[in-house]
Amino acid sequence: MVEFTLPKNSKLTRGKFFKAPDGATNVRRFEVYRWDPDSGENPRIDAYEVDVGSCGPMVLDAIIKIKNEIDSTLTFRRSCREGVCGSCAMNVNGKNTLVCTKAIDEYKGTIKIFPLPHMAVVKDLVPDMTHFYAQYASIKPWMATQTPPPADSERLQSREDRAKLDGLYECVLCACCSTSCPSYWWNSERYLGPAVLLQAYRWLVDSRDEGTGERLDELEDPFKLYRCHTIMNCTDTCPKGLNPAKAIAETKKLLVQRKLG
Amino acid sequence: MEYRSPISKARGLGSAKSGTEHWWLQRVTAVALIPLSYWLIVLIKLATTATYQETVSWLAAPLNTVVIALWILAVCFHAALGVQVVIEDYVSTEGAKMSAVWTCHLLFTAIAVAALFAVLQISLAG
Repeated sequence: MVEFTLPKNSKLTRGKFFKAPDGATNVRRFEVYRWDPDSGENPRIDAYEVDVGSCGPMVLDAIIKIKNEIDSTLTFRRSCREGVCGSCAMNVNGKNTLVCTKAIDEYKGTIKIFPLPHMAVVKDLVPDMTHFYAQYASIKPWMATQTPPPADSERLQSREDRAKLDGLYECVLCACCSTSCPSYWWNSERYLGPAVLLQAYRWLVDSRDEGTGERLDELEDPFKLYRCHTIMNCTDTCPKGLNPAKAIAETKKLLVQRKLG
Repeated sequence: MEYRSPISKARGLGSAKSGTEHWWLQRVTAVALIPLSYWLIVLIKLATTATYQETVSWLAAPLNTVVIALWILAVCFHAALGVQVVIEDYVSTEGAKMSAVWTCHLLFTAIAVAALFAVLQISLAG
């Protein structure tokens, strides 16, 4: 059954407070989820006062500043700092986003930073993405063809067909959408979630792919696909402005078309 | 110790290769209920404001009997499909889930049969 109460070790406690340094010009308060698996303690919320006057504009800049100058024990993932790697997905003030593309100025007051919701936490802001990546691999995210590649050129695609991949190829698999989806929270063992379904649709509409039927066979399942109830949290939260809900709806339309069209 | 690979867990038992009809029929019954529910509103209005005899003779008219019977079928089918989805969402224990889904379907079948029987009885007697 659904667990309506939190497990004992997920009760949050109040953690340390780090005061702003003297001479700080523009102080913002950051409250950050901290959990160390080795300590045996419950997770805690540490509060940091950061002088954003001497800091880059993005939330990630503040997190890096905290690690560099205030508390080196803070653990998080980051890499490209420009929204193309998908590493720094976190929950900021209740909404999943890539912190490298989110400006501190977009928030008022205290900024609360948590790991992606409903994922097992490895440490602090680092969630365990193993199952998410395995689900991605399970949809075979590569081109399936019977036709051998042309001897002296690429597989060609018209401009119109290439345009069908716009709004899909940009997905960086940050998992903001999947981890904002209640259906994914309750049934992630079986439901593929919006990110993986958007990626699956990216191959369904690729004019060069010859495995559409097999891909639809694999997706047609009450849990893998049909746990989507068009809640739209995915589209609302996507930091890249994509529309996974639409990709899922289009997939359902293809399945209806195959059966009844 | 868990030695199954992440891919093995993600692929699980594979695709059931079903679900499209369930999803589609839920939409079809929902759309069907839009016009059909007009008759239900009329029936409720009569049942609460008109006399017993007036209500019964309205329901006994062939068109009204047929549409109300269709409404009963559509609403019970729609409800059974919908409640099944809710159960599948929230009940993750296999045995409990399966028996809850069966109970839900039997319950809505019983409601539909009882309601159809009542309507037909009124209609054939009227």
